[in-house]
Amino acid sequence: MLNLVRFLLVIIALLAAAQARAQLEIIVTDPGAQRSPIAIVPFAGENAVGTTLTAIVRADLERSGLFRGGEVPPLSPAPTENTPVNYGEWRSRLADALVLGSVVGLPDGRFEVKFRVYDIVKQAPLGAIAYIFTKDNARAAAHRVADFVYERITGEKGVFSTMIAYVVRRGTTFELQIADADGERAQYLLRSNEPIISPVWSPEGQRVAYVSFESKKPVVYVHHLGDRKRQVVASFKGSNSAPAWSPDGKTIAVVLSVDGGSQIFLLNADGSGARRRISNSASIDTEPRYSSDGKWIYFTSDRGGSPQVYRMPSTGGEPQRVTFEGSYNVSPRPSPDGRVLAYVTRNAGKFQVALLDLSNRQVQVITDSDRDESPSFAPNGRMILLATVIGGRGVLSAVSADGRIKQRLPFAGGDVREPAWGPFIE
Amino acid sequence: MRSIVIATVCAAGLLIGAACSTTPEDQSAAKVEDKSTGGKPGADTRGVQPPKVAAVDLTKQPGSAADRMLKDPSSPLSKRSIYYELDKFDVRDEYRSLIEAHAKYLRENPNARMMIQGNTDERGSREYNVGLGQRRSDGVKKMLVLLGARENQIESVSLGEEKPQSDGHDESAWSKNRRSDILYSGEY
Repeated sequence: MLNLVRFLLVIIALLAAAQARAQLEIIVTDPGAQRSPIAIVPFAGENAVGTTLTAIVRADLERSGLFRGGEVPPLSPAPTENTPVNYGEWRSRLADALVLGSVVGLPDGRFEVKFRVYDIVKQAPLGAIAYIFTKDNARAAAHRVADFVYERITGEKGVFSTMIAYVVRRGTTFELQIADADGERAQYLLRSNEPIISPVWSPEGQRVAYVSFESKKPVVYVHHLGDRKRQVVASFKGSNSAPAWSPDGKTIAVVLSVDGGSQIFLLNADGSGARRRISNSASIDTEPRYSSDGKWIYFTSDRGGSPQVYRMPSTGGEPQRVTFEGSYNVSPRPSPDGRVLAYVTRNAGKFQVALLDLSNRQVQVITDSDRDESPSFAPNGRMILLATVIGGRGVLSAVSADGRIKQRLPFAGGDVREPAWGPFIE
Repeated sequence: MRSIVIATVCAAGLLIGAACSTTPEDQSAAKVEDKSTGGKPGADTRGVQPPKVAAVDLTKQPGSAADRMLKDPSSPLSKRSIYYELDKFDVRDEYRSLIEAHAKYLRENPNARMMIQGNTDERGSREYNVGLGQRRSDGVKKMLVLLGARENQIESVSLGEEKPQSDGHDESAWSKNRRSDILYSGEY
């Protein structure tokens, strides 16, 4: 009960601090049975921060679908990272893992959080770290703590400190927004009376490319998050759309109709140099995406009569067909490890997200709604964010790469679409 | 099992603030003062004549005959939309006279510039739909050029599924959204 009250207080504090007027609400609709219980003891001294770090850490870990935060009874004296751990006692509380820590105020007004992670089952410490943060960055610090805990327990990097971008439509107004991966701290980059589609994060996370229709036709822009400036990168005669970043952030693949039709071109991201056409067909070639090793560009083409996924060397060259099952396979997204391709497939009029194992060619459809689109891998490859329509309204949802964990991210007062998961921030 | 509500929705009104301010209303042109009733008390205005001015009223300018033709509802040039069947990109015969009228206009008005916006229904990938809309607008452009319009007079673009004419989610709405729209410079 106390935890609940504290949680609600955190929520109220967040409301007061929020910069945007609406935020994502994340609901785990199918958490699955395999969640590992973890005890996160409230950090001694964290009340002074004004943001309950451990509540955010717990929420982050639960949202991964891999953990369940166990209730921790009031302990006296409250244990910290320096308290010796009685593994048997925590095992009897049914915890598989334990996080103990403390927060102290520094003379310059900042705070320092120190914590340790323990594997209760194996009776072994998993590591300790300290972060220094300002009051304004308490949420970011909590996400860093959650990332550390997640990585120590699962062996994979956490994505709680990453950001997402998406487009919100309210009536005739469109907003390109960015937010923390948990939907908090949302703010808009661009507000327009014309549509905005296809946002994509640059590999270092400092720039977002997107398509805006503000000139009554599609034009590709790059928005610099640091100084909030934006530049036109493709505004050729005709349509300019479907931007994709090369893994080194220097090149942007785009789709232009300047030569007639819709063909894939490469541009220097800084706007220098000339456009280089790399696809050559009388069909629609669109939705380019680089493989994470930069060697391939996956794309959608209807050169065979129906839209299918193909790939070609990223410098151009002979395309190979990648998808074969079904008559409508679009929006290819290679996974961060390059082993899997997510794409949208049409099954009996329903648009769903499928995963293709690139080594054994196995296809698995991992969503079950009617209008799923724009899949986007988390940078650790664990989850896929996508847009869907529920009750006539656009919402974001997320599904684990094995299809077992699904989340809905409803949004107050608007249609949400075109999600893009940002990269790891070092 | 308890579902996990991780965040909550913030109170919309409270946080709208400056980020949500509406555009100030257009300041309409100041009204012309009426001298017969609005003179300052004590000010002697007798004998003062208003200066002769060459008034220009842009709102009543007739415009060229060509401009009027584009807007005249009885002219085929006022017809600006071409609709398509599902997965079709060719212009149906019923639109042939419409295209011919616009081609003739472009031939006779070499300075006229046109934008053709191709559109699709809402189903499928947004970016692939940009491609499909482009296929529609390119098709209209090609016909106009074959009928004598010059290539540099026309820009064919695509709005994909982003600008539906009808917001519905059935075939009657979709059939209105699969279209090409013709705009002349000044209209886009």
